[in-house]
Amino acid sequence: MGAYIGRRLVGAFVLLLVVSALTFLFFNVLPSTDPAALRAGRQPTPELIAQIREDLGLDRPIIVQFGDYMLQVFTHFDFGRSYQQDQPVINLITARLPATVYLAVGAVIIWLTIGLSVGILAAVRHRSLFDRLSIGLSLVAISAPVYWLGLVALYLFAPNFGLIPLPFVGGQGSYAPPGQDLGGFVKAMILPWFVLAASFAAVYARVLRGSLLEVINEDYIRTARAKGLRERTVIFRHGVRSAITPVVTLLGLDLGILLGGAILTETVFNIPGLGRLAFSAIARGDLPIIQGTVLFGAFFIVLFNLIVDVVYAFLDPRVRY
Amino acid sequence: MAQPLLEVRDLRVQFDTDDGVVRAVDGVNYSVGRGQSLGIVGESGSGKSVSSLAVMGLTRFQGARVTGEVIFDGRDLLTLSDEELRRVRGKEIAMIFQDPLSSLHPFYRVGHQLAEAVRAHNDVSKGKAKERAVELLGMVGIPQPQRRADAYPHEFSGGMRQRAMIAMALINDPKLLIADEPTTALDVTVQAQILDLIERLQKETDAAVIMITHDLGVVAEVTDEIAVMYAGRIIERATTDAIFDAPQHPYTWGLLRSIPRLDLPRDVELVPIEGRPPSLINRPSGCAFHPRCPFVRDAHKKIDPDLVAVEGDPGHLVACLLTVETRRQLWEKLRAGADPAEAREAVPLLSKEA
Repeated sequence: MGAYIGRRLVGAFVLLLVVSALTFLFFNVLPSTDPAALRAGRQPTPELIAQIREDLGLDRPIIVQFGDYMLQVFTHFDFGRSYQQDQPVINLITARLPATVYLAVGAVIIWLTIGLSVGILAAVRHRSLFDRLSIGLSLVAISAPVYWLGLVALYLFAPNFGLIPLPFVGGQGSYAPPGQDLGGFVKAMILPWFVLAASFAAVYARVLRGSLLEVINEDYIRTARAKGLRERTVIFRHGVRSAITPVVTLLGLDLGILLGGAILTETVFNIPGLGRLAFSAIARGDLPIIQGTVLFGAFFIVLFNLIVDVVYAFLDPRVRY
Repeated sequence: MAQPLLEVRDLRVQFDTDDGVVRAVDGVNYSVGRGQSLGIVGESGSGKSVSSLAVMGLTRFQGARVTGEVIFDGRDLLTLSDEELRRVRGKEIAMIFQDPLSSLHPFYRVGHQLAEAVRAHNDVSKGKAKERAVELLGMVGIPQPQRRADAYPHEFSGGMRQRAMIAMALINDPKLLIADEPTTALDVTVQAQILDLIERLQKETDAAVIMITHDLGVVAEVTDEIAVMYAGRIIERATTDAIFDAPQHPYTWGLLRSIPRLDLPRDVELVPIEGRPPSLINRPSGCAFHPRCPFVRDAHKKIDPDLVAVEGDPGHLVACLLTVETRRQLWEKLRAGADPAEAREAVPLLSKEA
């Protein structure tokens, strides 16, 4: 197991290197904007732009820029400075990371609670009205784009202009860190949490339902019933225990992706997370921030994939590394 | 005669499917006395497994319609609530299945799975249940049971897994053990060991046994009585000796002639039963075996024979329209090595009076 994790970490390192190189390459081969020109203000002189170019190190060959960047990242955990905001990228990212983490974790709790219980109930009551209804509704939830669902939720429930304003729901852009104002934080996050969780809950319900329906037909479920276990024990200890493995895989991937920033949800609800940081950096051609957020996102995905694989060995004793 | 341990009366099991109603079990009667053993023999789809699953109430989970009576120890199991039936399952009636690998949960240690069966019916500590599990694993001949109890099913060999299944079934001292094709998935050498084990444990625990199999060779040594099933019904029932010495039904002849025998010359070929098992949605008219029967007469396509006692042998039941004398002569020829066509040439086929 230790050797396996070691091998995977080496692989992760290589992968992150490749991801950085690709980001660098795309940015320089397909330049959307000239960062120096953007920074120079409204009436830039060519000299000023050249000066900025030199300050930012943009006049050096790309390969040197890349090598220097990677060296700084892996030796000093230094992700460079933002072209536009004149701050170390790592500070910007760590300032934005908490909001993204809160958004992701809250949504995960909601979608696991709803998705798993609906999935189990639908499988146990296969072909019942509940089953058909929840599977039909889940299709709607999966099909609804987050930005549409977010706007509809605001239109219905937002405090100042919503049709049915709810007292415990905060509006767009009302985000406050939980340390400052816990009540305000929860109010601000309620809608984003549910909007983000909706499609995930639907996918998880369907996946668990399908997986559990398959497991329920397994011989060992018949054995569990034949030895006189209570139906609750049969379903949870024997059925769900086996059926949960594909859900764990999904959860690892989804969490990894979400921690890199939920761009749409953060934008619709104006939450200062990594997603919005990346989004505005793309608009301004701020390569160090793009580079940093991409690297962070990739890191989370790699990390959670590794965690999933390790968890698998605990879930299924037949898995050996 | 004392009340039998299990008495099944007119048991019917039906499943609704998109293609129509499947009559998996279509009016079955049998009984098993305490400490006795019954073999239920038939092809796949003859209803032999479904009938036992229905006795255990396990067909309830598959949406089956079950009618008739299953009197076990004085109670009709079909009228029990789910919870009452749960208390019977694994405690008074236990079951072992065909494929021990897929029948054990892959994620739990073998000892844990046995202990779970103990704790489902007894209010004991986990430690006590585990002790009992180890004891039973030792009893079924698993070496180093203390250590092996902590292994997972995939770490066991096929024979060891089936031993563990048997241990799990016997852990609450059931009065009845149903073994559904317990040796089919095993190597031939292991099959004999498992059968010996079941026979030995039956004697030691005095449990009744129902052995379900497609292989008459399996039940020959083990059971007191045999019921042969075809298309959801019992078509012949008798003591094991009678089935082997004087089988009455052409289908039973087919089964007997399809197992290898040492008392025949080596060049005598095994004879398969022609054709395929009938549809359980549209039963053949008349005698359900008539499309495959080498001795069919026109009337057999219309008249559905009842399961009745053979003249002169009230304990031997058969559902066949041929006369006793015709059947005796046919079996004489077949036993001597004639093929069905030759036997039909030599013996005039007489049907019973309608």
